[in-house]
Amino acid sequence: MANPGGGTVCNGKLHNHKKQSNGSQRRNCTKNGIVKEAQQNGKPHFYDKLIVESFEEAPLHVVVFTYMAYGIGTLFGYLRDFLRNWGIEKCNAAVERKEQKDFVPLYQDFENFYTRNLYMRIRDNWNRPICSAPGPLFDVMERVSDDYNWTFRFTGRIIKDVINMGSYNFLGLADKYDESMKTIKDVLEVYGTGVASTRHEMGTLDKHKELEDLVAKFLNVEAAMVFGMGFATNSMNIPALVGKGCLILSDELNHTSLVLGARLSGATIRVFKHNNTQSLEKLLRDAVIYGQPRTCRAWKKILILVEGTYSMEGSIVHLPQILALKKKYKAYLYIDEAHSIGAVGPTGRGVTEFFGLDPHEVDVLMGTFTKSFGASGGYIAGRKDLVDYLRVHSHSAVYATSMSPPIAEQIIRSLKFIMGLDGTTQGLQRVQQLAKNTRYFRQRLQEMGFIIYGNENASVVPLLLYMPGKVAAFARHMLQEKKIGVVVVGFPATPLAEARARFCVSASHTREMLDTVLEALDETGDLLRLKYSRHKKSARPELYDETSFELED
Amino acid sequence: MDLRRVKEYFSWLYYQYQIISCCAVLEPWEQSMFNTILLTIIAMVVYTAYVFIPIHIRLAWEFFSKICGYHSTTAN
Repeated sequence: MANPGGGTVCNGKLHNHKKQSNGSQRRNCTKNGIVKEAQQNGKPHFYDKLIVESFEEAPLHVVVFTYMAYGIGTLFGYLRDFLRNWGIEKCNAAVERKEQKDFVPLYQDFENFYTRNLYMRIRDNWNRPICSAPGPLFDVMERVSDDYNWTFRFTGRIIKDVINMGSYNFLGLADKYDESMKTIKDVLEVYGTGVASTRHEMGTLDKHKELEDLVAKFLNVEAAMVFGMGFATNSMNIPALVGKGCLILSDELNHTSLVLGARLSGATIRVFKHNNTQSLEKLLRDAVIYGQPRTCRAWKKILILVEGTYSMEGSIVHLPQILALKKKYKAYLYIDEAHSIGAVGPTGRGVTEFFGLDPHEVDVLMGTFTKSFGASGGYIAGRKDLVDYLRVHSHSAVYATSMSPPIAEQIIRSLKFIMGLDGTTQGLQRVQQLAKNTRYFRQRLQEMGFIIYGNENASVVPLLLYMPGKVAAFARHMLQEKKIGVVVVGFPATPLAEARARFCVSASHTREMLDTVLEALDETGDLLRLKYSRHKKSARPELYDETSFELED
Repeated sequence: MDLRRVKEYFSWLYYQYQIISCCAVLEPWEQSMFNTILLTIIAMVVYTAYVFIPIHIRLAWEFFSKICGYHSTTAN
């Protein structure tokens, strides 16, 4: 019988002539080593997935004006310091006591000069107290200053329903009490609030074990350990993993907790350029070839410290390339997924899922529960022997109080929500809503003509402001006129000339809220002339393409 | 009506000048001091330009015309 469909009927089974193209064999990229490995694993890979990031440079006049503004501020700073020194003006800042005048000066370095003279003038844009849960809308306490930001007083009024674009509330789980939080109430009734002990003494609860098993299941690794504070997770566990005679290769823009942990460990630290695999490879080669500085012995361990998402840049780590490098040079990899766990990846499992890689390939997975889970604390996950070692040797386990039970229950509830174990698909919907909101927000901002840094999938959006006067004007205008709370960041958290406003998109922001914010940004951008971008409508994304990357063994 | 638009435009321009040059974060007496110094410098530049540029242009013109005149006389 004639078969109109084009397939032949053979032995009762219909053979389709169009062969299903097998994705993992069709790739013909130049990176032969990676393709081979992926074929061996048989898993789908995203190595030639386009990493769309942009770090546009500012126009020249903007940079010139920025430095000019800092110059004028510095001149006036010298003038005010002179007046304060000679007693013409009252000094409100910290000074040494009369008896200490002959000692080494405490407050003469640039950081103190900057704080006294430049930061103080615009200090009212930071440390603003709020008086509600940090959900998509929150309340800010109004405060004024009578003496140019040296002291503040509260007027007693509250600015209500300010749109929150600053809190790390990626999945919207940090909100007021609602019925789904009932288990937390029960845990509070049974366990109380405090643990009153460290993990090694009497502070290990069954809640901690339940939480650790759930975290290991969520991340698809063998075991995990949780700690009470996210910053302390990094700074207290890196010294337990590496020591003298080891080498740490850390990214230029790593968070202070990673830097502190690296310094406390006593290992040698070398810094590679931000997200730059060639720089990392050069350092790895030199480390393997030349060994330790004086003795030329081999390094005991080489640990690469990176973050999943960098919150100041909005960039996502180039994980496939770093994993390939790690395998080639036999180094260990430590990823700090503080901003990417729960927020990145199709089901919120972090950067390993985003790139379609196996989490077993990363040696140490670290993350915090502060950002996407609405709690506090951190975790370290990986192989069982690693976690068992940390249980015994971590400074945090010996000396720091363990996680409080209601917080542990909140994390358990959030994890079950995201994984879908509570029977609904709301968790997955929230992760997808976050991804949608992020892409919409970033795309609209780029169309409007602002300079935005970072990967198009990162939910932290830095918008560049550059000039210190505009930073202050932007933050004040957004809060007072438009009732939108934003976080602006300047020196020393960012380079001197690159002050920015940082937006954190959340899954609980509705489309109307995002549109309100975008409209307000449009108007403010026109008022303060912030639209510096030179590729307005056709935002050609810069494709990350490494061709000079040797991987052949 | 037009006067108001012009005034609004100038006050917007003054605001831009303030935020670009970091004057918006200075205290009022510092702002007045900075504005005074800047206006004084601009006034001095304008005055110097007004007094000296015509003389300089005339001298330069004479200098170059003398050279071209010299060339034309030697050529002849």
